[in-house]
Amino acid sequence: MDDLIAPQLIKKGAEASIFLADWHERQVVLKKRLPKRYRHPDLDKQIRTYRTIHEPQLINEAKKAGVQTPTIFLVDVRNAIIVMQFIVGKQVKTILNEAAKTEREEVCVKIGKSIGRLHKHGVIHGDLTTSNMILTPKRKIFFVDFGLGEKNPELEAMGVDMHLMRRALQSTHFRFSEECFKAVFQGYSDEVGANVAKNVSEKMVEIRKRGRYVSERREEQ
Amino acid sequence: MKGHASESYCLGIESTADDFGVGIAKFNGEILANVVDTFVPETGGIHPREAARHHAIVADKSVRQALERAKISPNNLSVIAFSQGPGLGPCLRTGATVARALASYLNLPLVGVNHCLAHIEIGKLETGTTDPLALYVSGGNTMIAAYDSERYRVFGETLDIALGNCLDVFAREAGLRQKKCVPLGAALEQLALKGKKLAQLPYTVKGMDLSLSGLLTAACAQLKKGEHAVADLCYSLQEIAFSMVTEVTERALAHTEKKEVLFTGGVAANKRLQSMLATIVEEHDARFFVVPKAFATDNGAMIAWTGVLAFTNGIVTPIEESYVKLRWRLEEVDVPWMT
Repeated sequence: MDDLIAPQLIKKGAEASIFLADWHERQVVLKKRLPKRYRHPDLDKQIRTYRTIHEPQLINEAKKAGVQTPTIFLVDVRNAIIVMQFIVGKQVKTILNEAAKTEREEVCVKIGKSIGRLHKHGVIHGDLTTSNMILTPKRKIFFVDFGLGEKNPELEAMGVDMHLMRRALQSTHFRFSEECFKAVFQGYSDEVGANVAKNVSEKMVEIRKRGRYVSERREEQ
Repeated sequence: MKGHASESYCLGIESTADDFGVGIAKFNGEILANVVDTFVPETGGIHPREAARHHAIVADKSVRQALERAKISPNNLSVIAFSQGPGLGPCLRTGATVARALASYLNLPLVGVNHCLAHIEIGKLETGTTDPLALYVSGGNTMIAAYDSERYRVFGETLDIALGNCLDVFAREAGLRQKKCVPLGAALEQLALKGKKLAQLPYTVKGMDLSLSGLLTAACAQLKKGEHAVADLCYSLQEIAFSMVTEVTERALAHTEKKEVLFTGGVAANKRLQSMLATIVEEHDARFFVVPKAFATDNGAMIAWTGVLAFTNGIVTPIEESYVKLRWRLEEVDVPWMT
């Protein structure tokens, strides 16, 4: 860690602070999970250690699945720090709100394909929001922030992941959330195949129904 | 307020679950009465039909009491509001029937109010917040919402049961009993103060959502095993569940970058969760507000006040459209007063 030069805070997230630093003549991102005062110290240590170990593992798994993710350079479990490649690009969150319909669709289909690849490989992202996706100038989409992810091949986990994606679109891109999700699901279906896609879609309805006050339960009253 | 005199009054009826509440709000935001009568079951949780029967019995007395406390006569009222959903069917229908009867007898307009929105609006009125990230946690709801372009948007919520429900069920399993004026959650909070050892329980955060049913099952299983002191389990359940809620709230706060956080709903009375939330709000340079205790649990005042906001912005509910909406989501409600 001594060869990291001049770390500068660029984003204070909910669970980690993100710094930009120089490391052997390249720009890197340093992600540090800070202790949370509100949590019991044992629980805090447990959560930060677990996520610091699992995030790089999942990022590498995602790479194997053919999804663009930053390269991991260093992991310091004791201090809950991950040093990784700095991805130059724009957050998909900003792009979706600014882009024209055709570009939105193109980006969403790509997102769906990447999620499909992850799921085919048994990787669950765990926090699929458009803030955790970066579009590069070469129009590749990088997935970041696998802190809540897991290796899980079950339909349930896939369904929850896609449910979260849809909810993220609804809360942050409400003007065209259904149009976006349709495109995401199209890309997803192309990748995992129509059968799996159908099962995931049915699972999503089941997951929605577990919530107490949701419209899908209306027909059952 | 758009030509409505401040001497105008709205009577609001709340009956989504075990509380029957009647509140009276002046159009300028003064709360003149807030009468709540809680159904306390002899054993177990809330049976919707038994609760509804209780509401029907106390309705007449509660309306009279509210009018007496506000020192007004029914003829002074300008509008009747009622909680139209979401909630338990039989309970909602009882409140709606009372509201319809009052409105037709007094020849007044009727306004159906969304219960979740009312918790947020009364919190804003009482704390003076204008555009908060709202954490609304109660026996039936757990959600993190904020206003953005015409509607409240739900950024995070429970994927299964509500936090208050999780705490209540565990408290009953642990042998605690609900008393008049002492909610089960408060009894659990007291016992948790005596706990010290943190038991291993599942921690489940999914994006900005959370899941509590697995945690409840695991906590109940630990209770049956008897390896931990009951107080330690109460303490552990609170610590784990509250940490999850605080983490998703912090995620939503970082995401929305709001400058105020409003904690509302029945569980907002919990001091431990208040203190946890205060730390994250401070870290993000926002300000933290907690709804006053009298307006934390379900109450009629919040319905009356939200009724004022809706009515003075041209929203009325014709009787033929006043059927209850058991699954009425917050995102579906128009809030013209926010624009």
